[in-house]
Amino acid sequence: VDMALSNVLELPASGFNFENSARNAVLEDVLGDGKTKTPKPMKTGTTIAGVVYKDGVVLGADTRATSSEVVADKMCAKIHYIAPNIYCCGAGTAADTEKTTDLLSSNLTIFSMNSSRNPRVIMAVSILQDMLFRYHGQIGAFLILGGVDFTGSHLYSVGPYGSVNEVPYLAMGSGDHAAMGILEDGFKPRLELDEAKTLVCSAIHAGIMSDLGSGSNVDLCVITRQGVDYIRPYQESEFKDQRQGRYKYKPGTTPILRENVEPVEVEVMQETVQKMDTA
Amino acid sequence: MLEESLQPGWLSEEVKTGTTIIAVEFEGGVVIGSDSRVSAGAAVVNRVMNKLSVLHDKIYCALSGSAADAQTMAEAVNYQLDVHSMEVGEDPLVRSAATLVKSISYKYKEELSAHLIVAGWDRRGGGQVYVTLEGLLCRQPFAIGGSGSSYIYGFVDAEYRKGMSRKESQEFVVNALALAMGRDGSSGGVAYVVTIDQTGAEEKCVLGNELPTFFDE
Repeated sequence: VDMALSNVLELPASGFNFENSARNAVLEDVLGDGKTKTPKPMKTGTTIAGVVYKDGVVLGADTRATSSEVVADKMCAKIHYIAPNIYCCGAGTAADTEKTTDLLSSNLTIFSMNSSRNPRVIMAVSILQDMLFRYHGQIGAFLILGGVDFTGSHLYSVGPYGSVNEVPYLAMGSGDHAAMGILEDGFKPRLELDEAKTLVCSAIHAGIMSDLGSGSNVDLCVITRQGVDYIRPYQESEFKDQRQGRYKYKPGTTPILRENVEPVEVEVMQETVQKMDTA
Repeated sequence: MLEESLQPGWLSEEVKTGTTIIAVEFEGGVVIGSDSRVSAGAAVVNRVMNKLSVLHDKIYCALSGSAADAQTMAEAVNYQLDVHSMEVGEDPLVRSAATLVKSISYKYKEELSAHLIVAGWDRRGGGQVYVTLEGLLCRQPFAIGGSGSSYIYGFVDAEYRKGMSRKESQEFVVNALALAMGRDGSSGGVAYVVTIDQTGAEEKCVLGNELPTFFDE
C-alpha cells in the first residue's frame, strides 16, 4: 500500500477493504507472540432494556462504552434516533450500532418523503433484519427497537444474524441477565408511565451494578403518540468523582522568549474559472 | 484485571431455536405444534417465541435450527407464495409451498442451517405434512423435528395411529411436545398448536402449567 500524499484526495476503492486485517496479521507475526495484540474494537458492553406500557414504549440504556478493560466513554449515548416516533437502543460493537441505526434512519426519512407517510416500526425492523441477515453476523449489532405508530406501541429485538423477537419487555447486552431478572419480576401489562420508568431504570441499574461492562448513568426515552421525551441522564451515577486539580492553564503561563515574523512570497501560477450552471 | 473479554461467550454465539416441532395429518386437516424457547448458547433469548410461521391462509411452517435463517426462509417463501397464488388465481397447494421451502433449503444447503416442516390444507389433497430436511421433499403422515425430537421418536412411533380424529391429533401433538420439553434442555416455555382444516387455521397457546404431566412431574 502506498502512503497517500497529503494534498491528493484518495477516493476509497469500492467493496470491502480488509487491508488493516492484513496489516494486523503482519504486525502480530513480526513482533512475536504476546508482544502485540490487535486493538479490540470499542464495544458498548452494555445494559439496554425496553418496556411497553399503557400509552407507549419506554427505552432505557446505561452510558458506559468500554475498549477491553478501559472505559472509553463515560457518557456514551446508546439510544439512537430512527424516526420521530421510533428510537433504537444498541449493544455490541459501538461503530456497528451507530452506523446501522444511521443508515436505517436515512432510509426511513427518504421513504417518508417519498410516500408522505410516517414510518411504521415493523418497517424499520424489516429493513434491519434484511441488512443484518445479508451480512451473516459480521455486523455486531444487538438492537432493541421501540416505537409508536398507527398500529400501536411496539418493541422488537434484532440480533446480529437477523433474528427478530417481538415481546412486551426486553433486555440486551452484557448486563441483560441482571436486567431481565428485574423485568420478569416487575412487569405487568398496561403499566402506568411512572411505574414503567421506575421499572426500566431499576433494570438498567441492576445491569450497572452487576455487570462490569455497564456503568455510569441511566438514559431513558419515553415514546408516545403525542411525542418523545428523551431524558439524558434520568439517573446519575452515585459514584461520580470530584476532579482534584485544574487542568486549564492561564494565557501567559508559557513565556514567549523571542518572536520572528517572515513574510512568505506566494505567486499565482494558474487560475481557472469553471462556470456554474444556474439555469 | 480480567484477561478474557467482558462479553460472555453466548453474546457472540448465533441464536438457535433449539426446538421441538411436530405436525400430524388427520382426516380433513393437519395439526402443527411447537415449543417456544429460543436459546443463544446457555441463555434463553426468548421464552415465548411462536415458531409456527404463516406461509399462507391455510399453510403454516414450523421453524427449527438457526433463528435468523429459519425466520428469513419463512418470510421469503411467504412472499413467493403470495406472488404464486396471485398468478394462478387460487389458493396455493401445500406441495407448492413445501417445494419452495425445499428449493431454498437445497440451493443454500451449505450456508443455511434451518429445518422447516410445512403443513396445511388444500382442496386437492386435504391435510398434508411435508418434511424438507437438508433439501429433500417427502410427504409423511406425521413429522417431528428439532433438537427435542430425538427424545420422542419412541413415543410417536408407538402412539401414532392412522385415522385419528381432530381432537385425538391435537392431544397427540400436545403430549409429544410436553414430553420433549420435559427432557430437552433447549426446548421449553409454552406450546403453540395450530389446527388447519377447510374452514381455516385455529391458533392455540397451551401455557406451561396447563401442559399434561407425566409420572415424574
